Amino acid sequence: MKVEAGHSPTSPVSIHDLTVAYNRKPVLWDVDLDIPEGKLIAIVGPNGAGKSTLIKAVMDLVPKASGKVMIYGNTFKKQRKLVSYVPQRESVDWDFPIDALGVVTMGRYSRIGWCKPVRKIDYKRAMDALERVGMSDYARRQISQLSGGQQQRVFLARALAQDSTIYFMDEPFASVDAATEKAIVKVLSDLRSSGKTVVVVHHDLQTVREYFSHVILLNMRVVAHGRVEDIFTEENLKKTYGGRLTLLSEAVERMARH
Amino acid sequence: MSWSIIDTWIIIIGALCAAGCAIPGTILVLRRMSMMGDAISHTVLPGIAIAFLVTGSRDPTAMLIGSVAVGLLTAFLIQGIQSLGKVEAGASMGIVFTVLFAFGLVLMRQAVDHVDIDPDCVLYGSIELAWFDQEPDGLGIPRGAIVNSVMLLANLFVVLLFYKEFKITSFDPALAKSQGIQPSFMHYLLMTMTATTAVAAFETVGSILVVAMFIVPPATAYLLTNRFGMMFVFSIALSIVAAALGHLSAITIPTWFGFSGTSTAGAMAVATGVLFIVVLLVSPNQGMISRLWRRLSVRILVIREDILGLLWRLEERGQGKMLPIQLSEAIGTTELSVRMALLSLKKRGSVSKTASSWSLTERGRTNATKLVRSHRLWEVYLDKHFPQDTHQLHHAASRLEHVTTDAMESNLGHAEVDPHGSPVPDEE
Repeated sequence: MKVEAGHSPTSPVSIHDLTVAYNRKPVLWDVDLDIPEGKLIAIVGPNGAGKSTLIKAVMDLVPKASGKVMIYGNTFKKQRKLVSYVPQRESVDWDFPIDALGVVTMGRYSRIGWCKPVRKIDYKRAMDALERVGMSDYARRQISQLSGGQQQRVFLARALAQDSTIYFMDEPFASVDAATEKAIVKVLSDLRSSGKTVVVVHHDLQTVREYFSHVILLNMRVVAHGRVEDIFTEENLKKTYGGRLTLLSEAVERMARH
Repeated sequence: MSWSIIDTWIIIIGALCAAGCAIPGTILVLRRMSMMGDAISHTVLPGIAIAFLVTGSRDPTAMLIGSVAVGLLTAFLIQGIQSLGKVEAGASMGIVFTVLFAFGLVLMRQAVDHVDIDPDCVLYGSIELAWFDQEPDGLGIPRGAIVNSVMLLANLFVVLLFYKEFKITSFDPALAKSQGIQPSFMHYLLMTMTATTAVAAFETVGSILVVAMFIVPPATAYLLTNRFGMMFVFSIALSIVAAALGHLSAITIPTWFGFSGTSTAGAMAVATGVLFIVVLLVSPNQGMISRLWRRLSVRILVIREDILGLLWRLEERGQGKMLPIQLSEAIGTTELSVRMALLSLKKRGSVSKTASSWSLTERGRTNATKLVRSHRLWEVYLDKHFPQDTHQLHHAASRLEHVTTDAMESNLGHAEVDPHGSPVPDEE
């Protein structure tokens, strides 16, 4: 275990000098921050700011150009059981022949281990998770027959079934109905009161104050991060959303072309 | 039709081979990479040719190694060209497998001079002759049956062992990766399985049938079930049926036209297509026939209710009888469908016929009252919440009245008259 200078070994997610590029075009530039434990944290920023990329890079889903990520002072590879993930709903094929319970059970696969069958306890945990998002009546429903909001709740249940300490959610509130929004908010506050750390990519500025305690303002680099009441100011938002071609991004793009 | 032990074995070999192909085929279809089966079964050819040229013999082990290696190379190149060349998956497959296949043909020409190998045999297979190839001798079992059984069992073993890993990496590769189940490992495992199966199937049934067996039975199964596990069961069952059906039609159908029989492998491939079309037509939830039937019954229901409403409004004006032709003109549909709807209404005891005119029975009147009531309440409701001109009101209400439940009606509110001034009837 080696912690970079200025970073805390007890932080659930400690990101050091992280840079990510697609086709040599940087998406994240020199991101450096420690995520506080047991908080609800929103990642906020304009389209293309690298919000999804940030959580994907933390989970080794996209290659890092440089930098380091530590989960409780260790690499993600060693700590992956501590991390749950809710991907964007559009990232999968909802016509896949599987029912809601089958999807939620997938959250248990890493606990079950390679080549071993799904146990009774896993189905029970999956059913409990469906119950928590108010979807237990739909357990045996084929996933294409669910509404968009219900599909999102199935994804959330799957993360709950993973039963970990850090949750990454990619736009869980994107185009969901009121019932689903309520269900998600309830799950978020449950997670918080049981001491979990929840990091949510969020696009709706109106609800940041209401739903989250902390915020990361991101636009290729971290503009500001900290408690919502300190950081979520008009001035910081202007910095985050104001014209993308700031001096720095211009310089970075020129570097990429070299 | 003359049947012999040879025919029995042809079906057994065909079925074993088809079932073996259906297993990786199912996963390929679910991953939306069906054409990968096509690509890999074509590029087995250069693998075989290279093995011939290198070893100078038809040693099956060398052939297997050569083809699986080229098969994996194919998968690797396709991935590489797709990400480096920035082309779509289909184009990338097209580039790799056509070039490699052509290269295989070129090599094969060379090999023909040295080894006893017939390119036609590779393409169309030699399932008709499979019975005569019995090695090891004395078992009375053709080699093709043994090879394909081993393949089928191996595929079953792999898919059962990695059942949930194939499931999760097919459905949500990102989640799988975050949980430490490497999608790329599963991808190349699947590619190895596909290539090995293609090689085993190749010499018994030929590449044309292999391509069909990889894709068509799983695609058919996809129409029949929405469970992952059942996809495999249905794919295997369908491919066995196609093998039997294919051989039977290969030896019977041509004789009806005075020919002596046709390529069994070809007929089996055609049979998979026929099964697909049959399922497409009759599948209970997604089939075209059941969809047409549902649409037709909704149409008849609407016409039935229109007739009831029309007769009720006639009674309101003191008439109450109509000929089918008049009804059809008033509703704006064909006389035939009006007659069909009238018959079905009569069966329900809602209308009766005197001379050639039809009128409402007591029971029909009750139903009709309900319809007209909800029609007029809808007009009131629409007029109040979405003001529009009265003709549009009538048009919208005519559609809404057919789908109004009791619960909906109680929420529509109460009114004495509709916007046109006609009274809203009370429920009886």
